[in-house]
Amino acid sequence: MTNKNLLSLLTGDVLEEGERLTLVELCQICNAPAERIIEIVEEGIVEPSGEAAENWQFHGVSVRRVRFVLNMERDLGVNTAGSALALELLEELEGLRKRLRYLGENND
Amino acid sequence: MEFKDYYKIMGVERDASQDQIKRAYRKLARKYHPDISKEPDAEVRFKEVGEAYAVLKDPEKRVAYDQLGANWQGGQDFHPPPDWDQGFEFRGGDANHFDAEQFSDFFESLYGQAGASQGFEGQSRRGFNMRGEDSHAKIVIDLEDAYNGASRTITLKQTVLSAEGRPEIKERTLNVKIPKGIRQGQHIRLAKQGGAGMGQGGPGDLYLKIEFQPHALYHVEGGDVYLDLPVAPWEAVLGAKVKIPTPTGTIEMTIPENSSAGRKLRLKGRGIPGKQLGDFYVVIQIALPPADSDAAKAAYRNMEKALTFNPRAHLEG
Repeated sequence: MTNKNLLSLLTGDVLEEGERLTLVELCQICNAPAERIIEIVEEGIVEPSGEAAENWQFHGVSVRRVRFVLNMERDLGVNTAGSALALELLEELEGLRKRLRYLGENND
Repeated sequence: MEFKDYYKIMGVERDASQDQIKRAYRKLARKYHPDISKEPDAEVRFKEVGEAYAVLKDPEKRVAYDQLGANWQGGQDFHPPPDWDQGFEFRGGDANHFDAEQFSDFFESLYGQAGASQGFEGQSRRGFNMRGEDSHAKIVIDLEDAYNGASRTITLKQTVLSAEGRPEIKERTLNVKIPKGIRQGQHIRLAKQGGAGMGQGGPGDLYLKIEFQPHALYHVEGGDVYLDLPVAPWEAVLGAKVKIPTPTGTIEMTIPENSSAGRKLRLKGRGIPGKQLGDFYVVIQIALPPADSDAAKAAYRNMEKALTFNPRAHLEG
């Protein structure tokens, strides 16, 4: 790591901010074959716009969701449907935790 | 080097069956998986458990480990006895994602780098072209940073390849731009700033999760920012003009007549900026003046006389 690298300001992409990705780009970022991504789409975990797979456009958040599914499978042996369920429950849990935190703050 | 008590880490007895070990691992892996867990040290624990399982699930490695004896305590200073692994041949287990470089020195001293990478990263054997691991880190910012944009310096502990191709833990400092309009829970992806790859593999990416420092005045939901505004009963009833703080400065706003507690007043577009501009909400809270003097008590009594008010009218059948 050179000194110059340490000082320069790095700018990244914000995944949630409307970044549009093609199937090929999503495969590269997630390090997964297209077939696996298609399976995940078929499970309804990410929902690209566009009809045919070659026209698919994925929202940036898809990166996180696809990675979650891949990690669950690799680390915990969870299948795609199970990951979809876990993802939904986790999102609900996060919403509830946030709500709880806010209510807690206001009841002190 | 510290001795690691793999049985203790897994929470099993030394004579646990392979099935018991597997069950314990599955349970702990679910508990500490960094994608799921809320435990602050989840990532560290997950790796520790992964390392323990890598040894205990493999009968050969387990027997060799057991041979060190049962008298070692976790954390005790440890040096492997010479020729300790004589007569053992460590074959790689089934492919597993844990990369060798993430295991402890203790593990390496026993099973070596080769032993580790052999068993745990199937791809690395095939010509040593492997994309580096993605790294994840959290950045805590102030709400004001989301309004104005900012830069943050973060220090990451990462494994990098030394000149000899050996993975080493290095601290790395990065200066990262926090774009204006970022929201709580969003992720910034810095391409190729993750862990080093092998051969032609190229480095992984770095994912930074944004968290907001809890704010004394505001709370944030998505792009919307909320302020609880205490008002006096007469301000709520008669209406008032009050000065309120916002993250972009103090402004004057009108409290409409007959505002009840919990009423939300929206200041359009004064939330977190961005493509979808957030709003600023003022939530009315009615503060009761204390009756801590005779004059104050008299004022309350006068109010009682002057107003026919039954706050519990709706409770009566």
